[in-house]
Order: sequence, then C-alpha cells, then structure tokens
Amino acid sequence: MLLIGGDGTKKSLALAVSVLTFLVSLALLWQWDSGQAGMQFVEQADWIPEFGAQYFLGVDGISLWLVLLTTFLMPIAIAFSNQHVTDKVGLYLALMLVLESATIGVFLALDLLLFYVFFEFSLIPMYFLIGRWGGKNRIYAAMKFFLYTLAGSALMLVAILTLYFTTGSLNVLELQQASLPYNVQLWSFLAFTLAFAIKVPLFPFHTWLPDAHVQAPTAGSIILAGVLLKMGAYGLIRFSLPIFPDATLDYVPLMSTLAIIGIIYGALVALVQKDVKSLVAYSSVAHMGFIVLGIFALNQRGISGAVLQMVNHGISTGALFLMVGMLYERRHTRLLEDFGGLWKSVPVFCFFFLVVALSSAGLPGLNGFVGEFTILLGTYEASPVFAIVATSGVILAAWYLLTAFRKIAQGELTHPENAKGKLADLTGSEIAMLIPMVALFFLIGLFPNLFLDKINPSVEALVRGDTPAIVLHVDGMQVER
Amino acid sequence: MNMQALGINIQAILPETVLIIAALVVMITDLFRGKSEEADHADPIARNLPWLALAGVIVTVASAVWVWQQPSAALFQTAAISDNFAFGARLVILTATGLTVLLSAGYVPQFTTQIGEFYTLLLLCAAAMMAMGSATDLIVIFLALEIFSLGLYILTGLNRENPRSTEASMKYFLLGAFASAFFVYGAALLYGAGGSTNLSAIAETLAAGTGDASLLLPGMALLFVGFGFKIGLAPFHMWTPDVYQGAPTPVSAFMSAGTKMAAFAAFIRVLLTALPSQQETWAWPLAVLAVITMTLGNLTALRQTSMKRMLAYSSIAHAGYILVGIVPGTVAGASAAIFYLFTYAFMNIGAFAVVIALEKVSDGDVEQRQMAGLGNRAPALALMMAVFMFSLSGIPPLAGFFGKFFAFKAAVDGGWMWLTVVAMVNSAISAYYYLRVTVTMYFDQAEKGATDRLPASHMSLNWGLGIAAAAVVVIGLFPSVWTGLLSGLGL
Repeated sequence: MLLIGGDGTKKSLALAVSVLTFLVSLALLWQWDSGQAGMQFVEQADWIPEFGAQYFLGVDGISLWLVLLTTFLMPIAIAFSNQHVTDKVGLYLALMLVLESATIGVFLALDLLLFYVFFEFSLIPMYFLIGRWGGKNRIYAAMKFFLYTLAGSALMLVAILTLYFTTGSLNVLELQQASLPYNVQLWSFLAFTLAFAIKVPLFPFHTWLPDAHVQAPTAGSIILAGVLLKMGAYGLIRFSLPIFPDATLDYVPLMSTLAIIGIIYGALVALVQKDVKSLVAYSSVAHMGFIVLGIFALNQRGISGAVLQMVNHGISTGALFLMVGMLYERRHTRLLEDFGGLWKSVPVFCFFFLVVALSSAGLPGLNGFVGEFTILLGTYEASPVFAIVATSGVILAAWYLLTAFRKIAQGELTHPENAKGKLADLTGSEIAMLIPMVALFFLIGLFPNLFLDKINPSVEALVRGDTPAIVLHVDGMQVER
Repeated sequence: MNMQALGINIQAILPETVLIIAALVVMITDLFRGKSEEADHADPIARNLPWLALAGVIVTVASAVWVWQQPSAALFQTAAISDNFAFGARLVILTATGLTVLLSAGYVPQFTTQIGEFYTLLLLCAAAMMAMGSATDLIVIFLALEIFSLGLYILTGLNRENPRSTEASMKYFLLGAFASAFFVYGAALLYGAGGSTNLSAIAETLAAGTGDASLLLPGMALLFVGFGFKIGLAPFHMWTPDVYQGAPTPVSAFMSAGTKMAAFAAFIRVLLTALPSQQETWAWPLAVLAVITMTLGNLTALRQTSMKRMLAYSSIAHAGYILVGIVPGTVAGASAAIFYLFTYAFMNIGAFAVVIALEKVSDGDVEQRQMAGLGNRAPALALMMAVFMFSLSGIPPLAGFFGKFFAFKAAVDGGWMWLTVVAMVNSAISAYYYLRVTVTMYFDQAEKGATDRLPASHMSLNWGLGIAAAAVVVIGLFPSVWTGLLSGLGL
C-alpha cells in the first residue's frame, strides 16, 4: 500500500497506521488481568502439523510492556523520519512497519520455530534501513549487523531441533515444564544464550553495535536501541532461564561477570567518545549490561527490575537518539567539539536534552533510577560484590552523560554557526514527539508500581519455576485454561 | 501376450511416455518452420514452440499426479518402481523443466536457429531424469544417466558463437564420461558383491551374507564417485563452475535443479534400498563429503565476481546441505531432499532468470557489479532477486529456510549433531555472498554508462520470474501445505 501514492500520503498513512497500532495495543492494557501470571490473549492454531509447530501467540507481564514499548516508539520514529527522509520514502516507511510487525512477533511467539522465524526475519528490514538510508559507512555496518546476528542465531536452530527431538514439542510453555537431561540443557543453553548475547549485546559480542548505531538513520537507531536489543534480553528471560534452569545456574558467575565488564567498559568508552551518537551507542552497551545483570540475579527483584529497565532504556535511549538526530539535521555534525554554549541559543532543546540525559543517568524521580535501583537490590540479594561493583556504573553513567551535556549546552558559544537565530530551536512538532517520552519518564519514575504490578506476577511464577495457566479473553470475559 | 505377466505396466510410465511424445511433437512441428533464417523471430511456429513444450510439461504433470494416485507398482520385472518418491522426483524435475522453458523462450532465438532441437533435447533430458528417479536397477539408472547426460552435453554447447559454451561442453563431456566410467565400474563390482543389479536383490544378498564381501567396499566407493560427479559434490565438482558459466543460462538453471534431483534420487535409492545394511560404512564418508562440499562451495563462492560462477559454487554448497539430511539414512532425510530440491528449483532458477534479464547473450556472462543500482533501475527485478538471495541464504520465512530446516531436522534426528552445526555455520557464511548481491543492487550506485532502464524482458521470462518468486514466498509462508504433501514422499 505504501508503494503507491504521493510521498505526503504515504507519510500520513504510515503515521496513522503506527498510531492506530499503538492505540490497539493499549487495549491490551485496558483488558489486562493484573492478578494473573500466565499468558493472556492467546492465539493458537496449527502451522506445520507434521511436527507440531504452531502459530502460538500470547502476552504475559514480561512481554506486555515490550509490545507496548514497540508500538509506542514506532509512531515517534516514523514522525521524525517523515520530516527528514526524502529518498524512497514509501519503501522506507514500508520497511519500518514490517520491522514493527516482526518485533512484535518476536515478543508474542510462544512456539520456538515461530520465534526463530520472527527473530531472523526482523534482520531484513533493519538491514535495508541501515544499508540504504544510513551514514557514510552504512554498507559495512549493515553487513556486520546482519552477519553477526545471523551467525549468532545459527546454532540456536540446531538447539531448537535438539529440544524438539528430546521432548517432542516446540511449545514454549510445555518446554518450561519439561525436565531436560543436563547435557541437552547445557548445549542448548549455550546456543540460545550466544544468540541472545550477541543481540543484547553482551561484552565481548558488542562490536557490531557501535557501527550499526552510528551508521543507522535516526529512526533506525531509535528502534534498534529501543526495541531490537530488547529481543536478546527478552529471549534470555523467556527461553534461557526457564527451559534450561540447571545450566543457567552454572553460568550465573560467567554471565554476571560479562555483564559487569560490559557496564564498566561501555561507560568508560562512552566517556572518551567525540561523537555524541557513538557516546549514546556505548551507553547502550553499559545499560544493557545492567539488564543482563538483573536477569542473572535470578530473583524476583532482579528480573522485574530488568524488565522495567528494558522499557526505561527503550524510551530514554530512544529519546537520546532522537535528540541527537534533531541536532544532526540542523548542524550536520555530531562531534561534541562543534557544540558548546547551546543553552544561550536553543534553550528549549537544552532543557529537554537535560531531562533525557538525567533520565538515562538514573536520577531519582525519573524512570532510569527505579529500574537500576530494583536491579541493584536484586543483585545485592544474589551477590553483594557484584552489586557494589555495578554501582560504580551508575556513577560513570552520570559522569559521561553530564559531560556530554556540559560540552553541548554549557560554557561559551564557541562556534558562530550555533548562535541564536542561526540555529533553530525545537519546533512544535518536535516538542510533540518528546512530550510523550518525557511524560513517561515521570510516570515510571513516580509511579513505578503501575508497571511493576503487571510485571511481578509473571516474574514470580518464573522464579518459582512454574508455568501458570493461560488466561483467555473471550468477549471481555476471562477464562482460565 | 499378457503385459501384466511380463511386469510391463504402461500406466505407470505414463509421465515419461507423455513427455517423450511431447518432445517428438516439438521436433516434428519444427520441421514445418519456414526455411529463411532471418525470419526466425517473426516465424509463428518458432515463436510458439516454447508454448508447445510448456503444454507438454503441463500435461506430463497432470499424468504424473494421476499415476501417483494409483497404488505404487514395480515395473518391468522390478527394474523400476512407481512410488511416492518417484512422484516427488518427477514433480521437482517437471517444475525445473517448466521454469526453464519460460526462461528460454526469449533467450534461445538470440544465439541459435535450432530452436526445435533445444526444446526437444530439453524434454528428452527431463524424461530421462524422471526415469532415473524411478529406476530400481543399476543398469536402468546408468541408462537414464547416460541419456540425459548426452542431451545436456549438446545443450551446453549449443551456443556455438560463444567459445566458452563450446569449451564448457567439451569439459562437461570429458569429465562426464570419466564419471560414467567410475559409475559403471562401481556398478559392476557391486554386482559382484550383491549378485544382482536389482537394488532390492542386492540388499537381500548383502543381508544373507552370500555375496563376495571384498568387492563391496570398492564397488560402493566407485559408485559414490560417479554420483558425486553428477551431483557436483566436492572434490568431484571441478566441472560445475566452468559448465554453468559457459552453458546457455537457461541450461545452467535447468542443470542446477534437474540434474541434482535425478542424481540425488538414484543415489538415495541406492543407499536406502540396496545398501541400508551398510549405513555404518557409508555414513561417515558421506558426512565428510558433505562437510568438504559445503565448506569448499561457500568459501569459493565468496570470491566470485561472475554471477553464474557464484551461483555454481552456491549450488555445490546446496548439494552439501542436502547430503547432510541423507547421511543418517532415514526416510525423513529422503523426503527432505525432495522438499529441498523443490524449493531450490524455484529460488535458484529464479536467480538464473534474473541473470538472463541482465545478460547480453553476446558475452554470455554477468558480472556482479553490473547489478549496481538495480534497486532503482528495475525495482521489481531487484525485489525478486532479493527474495531469491534471502531464500538461498535460508532466512525465514522464505522457502529456502524450510528446505534447510527439514534436511537438518533429519540429521539431528539421526544423531548427527556436529554435522548440523557445521552446516549451520556454513549457512551463515553463505549469507555473506548472497547479501553482497543485495548490497550491490540496493546500496551501490549504478555504474557510469549503465542504462537507466533495462530493456524490457521477454514476457515469458517475466512469467517465470513471477512464478518463482511467488512460489518462494508462498511455500515459506504456508509450508504445511507442501510438507503435508511431500512428507509422504519418502521411499
């Protein structure tokens, strides 16, 4: 549909579709049964009956917010693209919407093969977005992104087949109840976790991320950081932990250590970046380290915090990339040294930038704090040493983000191009894109329980190791099965 | 005379018969063509020969489906069998033939006036390939192999203007003759070991242990070398890139799917019908062959700049993936091979069709850089090529993914975990060169001097492309329809 019609029509159509998707997904929240831990809104149909592969979708407290995050970020990313993308707009927008369906599919799939299909398929639209509309080094970045992730998930397919022949099922809920022999658990855990660790990305598998982020168009970066990285962390929670519990226990020290290295390393590298976009990219490595750390605390607080922090990181980093994109479209540079003293010329921009940076740095009262704090509590329960070391990451985060803010906004106006009148401040529509994000910073920061209430039951069930009953919504009625 | 008593069941060889009749009709019709050579493009008979051939293929498909619905029967005193597996092989070969005819209609008149010969040979080759898929006797297998090989040698060299084509034909003939010699020698030794040329009789003798066991191993080895040549398994693959590059492109497309299906079908029958008791002996050598084939094919494909050579090496790698499913020696692996080649026929012939659309017959080759900017110059063509490339690299939800999935599933089921891991790693490597094609088409700027718009392709080529691309997508989105049909196509 997006391949025909004028560019203007395509733009409004894509925006309307994504907004509509968001509104529809809000209906999930409306009808949500908070007390329930199990899958809700389940859809189940035969797909390849010869070996029991099903078209099996469902949402629980863990995936609910990730689906909403996806549908929330997409209209913003499309709205920003509508202002700046000129080349082959129809194709671009079509790819964005395809990407949205693929990512939502990843979060909903409860059949291993179906999950794998969505997981791999999501690579194609992102590959084209980076390769076609990206920066100078876009081809290299697109290839690296695609091949790195593809190679990572290659072994996952072998593991999926092994699981199928061990248990006779591809149903994720059934697999969670199966007690697998240790040997199968171990190898499958390693195969799944490698795929997810690359996607997250966990140190030392992160090298594709700075390239992809820096080269991707702004909307691509927003979705990449906001949603695609979450697929890895989500996979760890949904598959690695509950299906291979014994193997997971054995690898907690390794995974936690890698997560902490990621936190410190990402932060230190972010500190010395000259390009704001790579700074944000490396900050993602650090933040995702926190999330993995929370997951491998293997307790209620750690995992709930990780889920919440996934949402936080999606919005905060999404907003950071968005603002960097706004700045880039004005000045066509992203180097820190080209800015300075912007507060004098574009105060509205700087105000929003400060709020976003503080949210990302984890200022109490804003969203990032709640997530990181919950994760650290969970980690402390599991291992105080890890928690103490990880806390230094919070300090480093504040350091590099505030340094970036200082270099951009404060001090003297050193470049005449940045002077008042030459550099335009945020427009009404740009503010309109940022307002919902900032509103969510405060909403999550001040009323985290609105979100945690829905996450907790599912995470509790996960930690206990049982698979709760499916909740069906039939004509507004709720039926347990 | 009672035909049934002689084991002659005319019904069951109906598809082959129909196709041979179609080939003869094409040949005879060709005789009525006007003699003036310049009038070729305008000559109504010459123009409609492809449609005649296509009609023959379609009638053959119908007859194959009809035969398939009859109970399976042994024919000609167990020299051949009409079973589900034979139907699967027929379906794949006919699919490849039909697509090839569509690809050829606009292409063949550009380099030869012998249009009738082209289609006659093509259909005869296909008939022999189908016969090979249902043969259960080493002699029949050999006869079928020789018949379609001879046809292919001629088809390969049909473009006499192009020295590469002649060279390819010569190379193919010499190496093919060599391979045939291996095959015959192997068959002779196997006869010594099994006391018969009939596959089931060999199996019985081996099980009873009455044959000469010392001949078995060398017999198997030589036979495998013969099959290895025909399928293009490394290290017997040397002819593939030269022949694929030199042959008229539709012929390369036909060989990549048709020859593979015929040779694999006979190979699988030999392994599963005659030599199941030796599975322990042949599984490991085949696994090693599969690893070498995949790895060598993929690593060499990485370095190719000619599209046809790249597709040739990629087809070697794909033969390796199929072999992975066959190693455990299960029925599941056999039907996976059929399904794989069914998907492969669409995606690979589709890729060759794109090459044809870009090709100037005069120099007979397409360099990868010629595809630069195709995303802008010919969006539909580029989109279809992207679909074929992603499918060949096994990205879901396209047909190629499910082909690989079922082959690897059979391997994991048989306990060949390490082999599957090697295959998946190879599959990831292969993504690099398939992806590079999409990079060239979509991310690179067109070369200076490249025409903004391509000349319009022949209508039938567009049909072939469209059908292939649609099939790749539809099979990928609704695999159960096809797996349901094909899961019954084991031996």
